[in-house]
Amino acid sequence: MSAKTLGPVRRKFAPWDDPSSKPLIEIRQVTKSFGSFTAVDDVSLKIYEREFFALLGPSGCGKTTLMRMLAGFEEPSSGQIIIGGQDMAGIPPHKRPVNMMFQSYALFPHMNVEKNIAFGLEMDKLPKGEIGARVQEMLKLVKLEQFAHRKPHQLSGGQRQRVALARAIAKRPKVLLLDEPLGALDKKLREETQFELLDLQMQLGMTFVIVTHDQDEAMTMADRIAVMDKGQFVQISPPAELYEHPQTKYVADFIGDINLLEGRVTKNERGRITLDSDATGGVIDVHADSSAGAGDKAWFALRPEKAAISLLPPNDPQTNCARGTVWDIGYVGDISVYHVRLDQGGTMRASIANTSRVVERPITWEDKVYLTWTPDSGVVLTK
Amino acid sequence: MSARGNQRWIVTAIPYAWMLVFFLVPFLIVLKISFSSTEIAQPPYSPTFDLINDVWADTLDKIQALQFDNYKRLFTDSIYIESYLSSLWIAGTSTLMMLFLAYPIAYGMARAPKSIRPTLVMMVILPFWTSFLIRIYAWISILSEEGLLNSLLVNLGIIDEPMQILSTNTAVYIGILYSYLPFMVLPLYSALEKMDDSLIEAAKDLGCTQFQAFWRVTFPLSIPGVIAGCFLVFIPAVGEFVIPDLLGGSETLMIGKTMWEEFFNNRDWPAASAVAVALLIVLMIPIVIFQSNEARQQEMR
Repeated sequence: MSAKTLGPVRRKFAPWDDPSSKPLIEIRQVTKSFGSFTAVDDVSLKIYEREFFALLGPSGCGKTTLMRMLAGFEEPSSGQIIIGGQDMAGIPPHKRPVNMMFQSYALFPHMNVEKNIAFGLEMDKLPKGEIGARVQEMLKLVKLEQFAHRKPHQLSGGQRQRVALARAIAKRPKVLLLDEPLGALDKKLREETQFELLDLQMQLGMTFVIVTHDQDEAMTMADRIAVMDKGQFVQISPPAELYEHPQTKYVADFIGDINLLEGRVTKNERGRITLDSDATGGVIDVHADSSAGAGDKAWFALRPEKAAISLLPPNDPQTNCARGTVWDIGYVGDISVYHVRLDQGGTMRASIANTSRVVERPITWEDKVYLTWTPDSGVVLTK
Repeated sequence: MSARGNQRWIVTAIPYAWMLVFFLVPFLIVLKISFSSTEIAQPPYSPTFDLINDVWADTLDKIQALQFDNYKRLFTDSIYIESYLSSLWIAGTSTLMMLFLAYPIAYGMARAPKSIRPTLVMMVILPFWTSFLIRIYAWISILSEEGLLNSLLVNLGIIDEPMQILSTNTAVYIGILYSYLPFMVLPLYSALEKMDDSLIEAAKDLGCTQFQAFWRVTFPLSIPGVIAGCFLVFIPAVGEFVIPDLLGGSETLMIGKTMWEEFFNNRDWPAASAVAVALLIVLMIPIVIFQSNEARQQEMR
């Protein structure tokens, strides 16, 4: 199997939509409490073979606890974890078909790179020749052939990360768990490594479950992301859906940048929703699915890049339009973010791609501007 | 060089000066006495160097007058060889016993909740608050025939007659084990305590049982602590004098005791000095190993 033939396959990869596909990992109503603190609160989840799954959330949201339960370092207080059709209750870590890459890498300092990678294979009592061959294969895979005899303290952070990865996949587990695998790397290296990890996962055809607090990391790599908060899943979706169709304000706010305009629903007819908004002083028309009924309080959520900014008023300034004054401009290079103080109070952000190479922008500080958007550019949230 | 450079020089010089005055000079005196012969005089040996007047005058004569008789005696009189071997044996076996005793203690301490670890460390060093000599005297009253241990065992009906423990080698072993335990526990604890728990988890994740994880990861990583602890116990235990003198009996042969007898009972300063110099040479080997182990650990960091 080469990465080339897997490319198109991957685009169609969505076993979670297919009711006939069998999950590799099934988490059933799992709760984990430490004393009076509930770290993981009644969560259920199915992860499929060859999926790259991300558990995303702020620190303390329970994502690491959930992963440690998959690895076997913690037992659920209640609920069931099934991996490959086998109930994991009472099965110690060394008997589970999963391996973990630790956040601290946890490389054995008294062993060289080769020995570290061979460790799990030796524990499995594989024949010597096979261990040697597998170690060489792993070293080649992570491009560390010349460093085979170095000790971990003689390696750079990026090299250590690769040793940890090689050690964790050497046993060819059904599932690889990665706990903040890129957390200790600098930004540039992190971005490179994200794609390396993706390639590797496709090559190996292994199921990856990654824990991260970095939304870019999750968005870039994962097939599906579970956003966690206070021990529960807030939303489980593929990255694009998570970004374009967040189901709650929490998710909308956690993933990327968002403008939330409060309003009251006046009409909801088959996906055509109208809100009265104090923030714009007019109405907001949205083409989106929402359970909000007339009279409900709701929020219109709009990504900054979906708002247009103009010095001239639109044809209908009462609909999907907010007036204000440019208060600050954040120039990031590829985009500029305009912070606009609305005349009705509150602020909105609009980001504009800098497609031409001019330093002087037509819109500048303290300009009176109009922010406009189309009915299908945002969503309506009720919680 | 700047004023800072000078200050740095002073800071370096102080410990060297200390070692020079309080270690090297006394050692040279002992070394010199070891080459002299006994006299019934004050001091009880000759020739004597008069450091002020004739250091250069007739040094050559004096050196020619030095004799190696004392060192020859170390090899001809079997008491010395036997004392050395017996000291090394007692120190060696008690070091080994201590390792088995201290390792579980240190391991338990390192695994204990973080909040109570300082208390546990304090409990290990608590005996140091009482003088070493007094604690050894306390053991006399515990181990003697009418002592606490014997009366307890007799009262419990475990033994009919009090056992002879005091004035035997057993008492010496007990004394050494008791006195030097902290020196073994603390280096082991510091090696075990700084170990990252995730290493054990990683080992288990890769297929180790709890026991295998200990042997393949925990123990190898604690070896620097094992080496440090063993030498910290072994080196002073070889030259131990108080414990064999107070707790041991006539059968107990240890070089520290032999040296003391030579010095005070026989008033043979030159022989005692030769014993001391020879002991130092014997101990040089483990000290050098210990130092190189420490240096290697420094490099690893």
